[in-house]
Amino acid sequence: MPRPLAAFAVLAVLAASVAWAAGASRVAKPVVAVERPGSCVEATDVMRRDHMRFLTHQRDRTVHEGIRTKRHSLAGCVECHAAAKTGSVLGPEGFCQSCHAYAGVRLDCFECHAARPGGASAGSAR
Amino acid sequence: MSDPGRRAFLGTAAAALAGAAIAPGIRLVELAAARSPEEAASAKVRWGLLVDANRCASGCTACVTACRTENGLADTGRPRTDAQWIRIVDLRDPRTGREARAPVMCQHCAHPPCVDVCPTGASFKRADGIVLVDRHTCIGCRYCMMACPYKARSFVHENLADQKPDVPRGKGCVESCTLCVHRVDRGGTPACVEACAAAGHGAMLFGDLNDPESAIAKRLRELPARALRADLALDPGVRYAGV
Repeated sequence: MPRPLAAFAVLAVLAASVAWAAGASRVAKPVVAVERPGSCVEATDVMRRDHMRFLTHQRDRTVHEGIRTKRHSLAGCVECHAAAKTGSVLGPEGFCQSCHAYAGVRLDCFECHAARPGGASAGSAR
Repeated sequence: MSDPGRRAFLGTAAAALAGAAIAPGIRLVELAAARSPEEAASAKVRWGLLVDANRCASGCTACVTACRTENGLADTGRPRTDAQWIRIVDLRDPRTGREARAPVMCQHCAHPPCVDVCPTGASFKRADGIVLVDRHTCIGCRYCMMACPYKARSFVHENLADQKPDVPRGKGCVESCTLCVHRVDRGGTPACVEACAAAGHGAMLFGDLNDPESAIAKRLRELPARALRADLALDPGVRYAGV
């Protein structure tokens, strides 16, 4: 092995071990900060695995049948999980985006849906 | 066990109570019929609008402004591509010179051509007659825009931000008047109707076309109102008087 290349290899191994010792990984760990204490609508392990299924099911019931229960609504997620600092579930430390970035799953809900909580604008009584 | 006389009296009393008016235009029976959040929209109801062009005041755009505010339709300064859910149409009879104006929006047809042509099933009619686009399924092909004889639909050309929580909308989908379905589901009325009443014109009336006792059904019995392009036999939920 030529000398400069060997030196480079040693250096690379050294750098990697230093990074390992510092606990750094290639992908930033997700920020799971729940600022509003209390229990979620389902158990945490169920939510981690199945939140997308709840949301898909709820979205069809809401759009097509007009069923607007709060339990599995996206607006309900945003209401609780928006960060106090940014007021949003997006951003590098946002509850939704940080985890989706870590898992490498594209998050396109918020291209259309509001990522910030907002009061429901109730119409006047008929 | 039961006394027939007493039962008959209770039945009459209940009927009288249900029909009793607690205020003009508000009846107990309608309050009782307000839908709970977990109840699906029912085909027993057919939501509709009655627009009285004789009352539509010249120069007023309260309904259009209210719609834009309610649904978060921002003005980008590019009117050719901006979404337009409701517009004021000026009419002039060239023979007599008679002029009229009225707001035109999605007519919420009973036989909607947009639903017929939609290749993905994104365009659909809800049980209570409101015609909507399921944006989760819309591929933005715009067949519905070509099919609609009222030019009621718009395509979202640009990325959007800061949408209203109640009105999700985004680039690449077709959209139109939802009859403020988010308000209707909570027992409210569309924003345009509310704004027209607040402006003191009262040219728009919202209600259940299927209920013969509703204000809109009563008014439709009195007023010679018609459907726009009645020749197409689409049975729209929006009716016009004085056009």
